[in-house]
Amino acid sequence: MGYPHKSHERETPILSKYFGDAEARTLAGWRARGGYEALQKALAMDSQEIQTIVKDSGLRGRGGAGFPTGLKWSFMKPDGKTHYLTCNADESEPGTFKDREIMRWTPHGLVEGVALAAYAIYAETAYIYIRGEFTEPIRHMEAAVKEAYAAGILGSNAMGSGKRIDVHIHRGAGAYICGEETALMNSLEGRRGNPRIKPPFPAVAGLFGKPTTINNVETLAAAPYIVKNGAEWYKQYGRPDNPKSIGTKLFSVCGNISRPGNYEVAMGFPFKDFIHELCGGALPGRTIKAIIPGGSSVPILTLEEADTALMDYEGFAAVGTLLGSGGVIVFDDKQDMVKQIARLTRFYAHESCAQCSQCREGTAWTTRIMERISNGGGTLEDFDTLLSIADNMTGKTICVLSDSCATPVVSGLKKFRGEFEAKIQISRNRVVSAGVPTGPTPPGAPSRASAA
Amino acid sequence: MSHGPSASGGALQATPTHAHHDVPHEPVFVGERLSELQTIMSRYPSKMAALLPALWILQDVRGWVSEDGMKEVARQLDLTPAYVKGVVTFYTMYHQHPVGKHFIQVCTTTPCNVCGAEDVVNALLQHTGCRELGQTSPDGRFTVIEVECLGACGFPTPIMINNAFLESVSPESVSRVLAELG
Repeated sequence: MGYPHKSHERETPILSKYFGDAEARTLAGWRARGGYEALQKALAMDSQEIQTIVKDSGLRGRGGAGFPTGLKWSFMKPDGKTHYLTCNADESEPGTFKDREIMRWTPHGLVEGVALAAYAIYAETAYIYIRGEFTEPIRHMEAAVKEAYAAGILGSNAMGSGKRIDVHIHRGAGAYICGEETALMNSLEGRRGNPRIKPPFPAVAGLFGKPTTINNVETLAAAPYIVKNGAEWYKQYGRPDNPKSIGTKLFSVCGNISRPGNYEVAMGFPFKDFIHELCGGALPGRTIKAIIPGGSSVPILTLEEADTALMDYEGFAAVGTLLGSGGVIVFDDKQDMVKQIARLTRFYAHESCAQCSQCREGTAWTTRIMERISNGGGTLEDFDTLLSIADNMTGKTICVLSDSCATPVVSGLKKFRGEFEAKIQISRNRVVSAGVPTGPTPPGAPSRASAA
Repeated sequence: MSHGPSASGGALQATPTHAHHDVPHEPVFVGERLSELQTIMSRYPSKMAALLPALWILQDVRGWVSEDGMKEVARQLDLTPAYVKGVVTFYTMYHQHPVGKHFIQVCTTTPCNVCGAEDVVNALLQHTGCRELGQTSPDGRFTVIEVECLGACGFPTPIMINNAFLESVSPESVSRVLAELG
């Protein structure tokens, strides 16, 4: 039914079908809507068979990287070792708020997906790591897990199958980086959330050093529908000329847009129709200037570029950006792009775990320069410095937080250079009128104008 | 992270307001809370994995995470106090100082920023009597900080008041929101 808006007729609500339907939150309500039938079916199957269905369905990870889910599950073999499933519910990518709604409205849907995946990867224990700020989703998830235990869906004899499946909720404590899978594992183990060097990959040595599969909330929530209805059913969603992107995807839309919220569309949906028809386009009297389509870590698009894009992994890649987490951030003509890009770099500077020097120094340095330009104290040379820092921050660190900080700066400088140059012009005019040499004034120091 | 670069110069952490070192520490993990911790510990193959949950219990009971509290958690989980402090300082949500009765976090990251989050910050500062971000109001009732993305970008501006999560707060609704706190 959609939340906070009713589903648009061009949406394909599967995961979002019960958003806004409070009855779906309870076990009875979830069962009345067909819930736990997929898990029941799965528990009667061989784990290997489930892996094959998910592999055939073409489902790819919805957290941002788009790794084929069935393939990831197939790394887990019946080797007699302890395995873990981890659900990444640390949703923190600016612009993204889809996992929050899944957990708020359909907590049993996620419990079902988690239990099903745990069984499919030969694990008896699963942890759902939820960011600390999500107090309401945590409450609903804890209630759902409790209900599922009481009903014998979880525990030592899950749904009477004789299989043990334990699911635990683990609350984070405020750290964007814990959405990075290996940082999440460190955090869950009671450590600082520093990402780990890979290899070894989680499938070999993950949580507590054991083979681990980690999936995003949306990925796990989709799995039961695929097992219940089959891989062929899932394949009907997507564009016929692109078999690489299958299924439906939740897009969170925010910023300067008429109807912000979550929308679920089939892969390959035209972005132009999405923005202007489903989301209602720009606010009255304004025009859209820029769109970040996949969370703050992906390159910024101009409206012209966005209008030609198709909403799937390859469609967004074709216009030089990424599907990412599906967090669509819209900027209109009232926005100062330099200020907003500076705000983004400040986010990354704050969230850097500081273990790699390129990131620790690069995010802070980039932020200082960006804020100086934004405040009218920049020079043209700053552009070169920014690009040079960006180059040295990209592909050189343990995780991609550093790259993510460089991305909006590089794409912003390229596509909104006029706005950057206008800021420099302001600073030049200021300097000329004061009759003093160029260069920024350090914060707190007496201004050169007054000193002269 | 709280130890991260301070390029922003923004206050994303509460600053200490008054001396609090001489308050004797009453043990937190006794009776029911000790059993609660033991139940949590049984969910993991290592005691250390119960660290974040233990710190949450400590903060829920005491309002903040003190050095003595960290020592108690360390004892319970067979860790060193230094290790526990290392973890505490990594995360932004554990208060290392006492904070106001109502701890208010306002999201000002880009998606909220383009929708006017800075105006919400200003309205909150004005109505709470907090002189600046990170400082507690003279009456001890409020602390306001900026927070990075709260993950509710479609409902600008989200704020958190202690454990309550509020959506779509505007400069105009701030006074009503605060009045309801009592």
